[in-house]
Amino acid sequence: MNQKKTWLYLLPLLVFVVLGALLLNSLGKDPQLLPSAKIGKSLPNFKLPVLGEEGSFISAEQLKGQVFMLNVWATWCPSCRIEHPVLNQLAAEGVIIYGLNYKDTPDDALNYLQTLGNPYKKVISDTRGDLGLDLGVYGAPETYLVDANGIIIYRHVGVVTQENWLSTLKPLLEQSRHTGTDERGKK
Amino acid sequence: MPILLSVLKIGFIVVLLSIKALTAEAAIDVYDFNTPEQEKRFQTLTEELRCPKCQNQTLADSNADISKDLKARIYTLMSEGKSDEEITDYLVERYGDFVRYRPPVNPLTLLLWFGPLVLFLSTAFILLWRLRRMTKTPPEDTPTDATRLHDVIRQYSDHTPQ
Repeated sequence: MNQKKTWLYLLPLLVFVVLGALLLNSLGKDPQLLPSAKIGKSLPNFKLPVLGEEGSFISAEQLKGQVFMLNVWATWCPSCRIEHPVLNQLAAEGVIIYGLNYKDTPDDALNYLQTLGNPYKKVISDTRGDLGLDLGVYGAPETYLVDANGIIIYRHVGVVTQENWLSTLKPLLEQSRHTGTDERGKK
Repeated sequence: MPILLSVLKIGFIVVLLSIKALTAEAAIDVYDFNTPEQEKRFQTLTEELRCPKCQNQTLADSNADISKDLKARIYTLMSEGKSDEEITDYLVERYGDFVRYRPPVNPLTLLLWFGPLVLFLSTAFILLWRLRRMTKTPPEDTPTDATRLHDVIRQYSDHTPQ
């Protein structure tokens, strides 16, 4: 009887500890980071102009066969300027980066690349933000990792830094490069 | 001099008013609807969908660029004859369940949907159980207490010198 009572009195403490653990778990998290609905899915279909190449277009199909980063950027986005040097360095190290110039004017974008350097293999010019909307972009910069089958394997929201490149992006890219063309894309 | 001042004042007010008028116009997206029902549908939809950037606002409330884009897209989809479910699915496919203010019932949201109910039922159960025990036990206890009290009183009265 007495033992049962002690247990009953300990119940609120138990509830408190569980709640505390739940809250503590979420304490350091950034509520602005949303899970992407596109992980594990194909890159949306698109056919958009290539920035700086008059009359030439690029499609999702053309990007297949390589593991790459797709970096969403714009000249109106201050954080993009912060990550730009990092992208330049990664490109110099041989990482394939495609740019998605999101809701921007091509002239501004070309100027920006001329002054700050161009880390992109090609830049998709998405002036209306249609591809951005299909990808679920809700701000710039965002960086997507896409495997050889055109499947999105990761989305990074915010600035790419040397730290998160080394800790998250690089391992993921290398992993999917090693798996190469696996069964995931064949279904 | 006073005339110049009042002219300046009026000019200032006119400038202020026109700025106000300009911004007020810029803040409202205008969509043309064929029927009032369609307009109502658009309003209900944008009030049930959440802005991904400004997380505590509905699309209807928000003036963020992304919300404007999404509203424009919803408008286009509506004019293409898409149903409310199709439009919601379209957005969920891109932005995840997060965009819905009314999340679907799935393993992830079970706690969200039924947690309050479980909490309420268990509290009610415990409360009822305690109350029933409380009302049941006293009748069993009182006679013993009464007899004990009686004994004490008798004992006490026995010991009082007469």
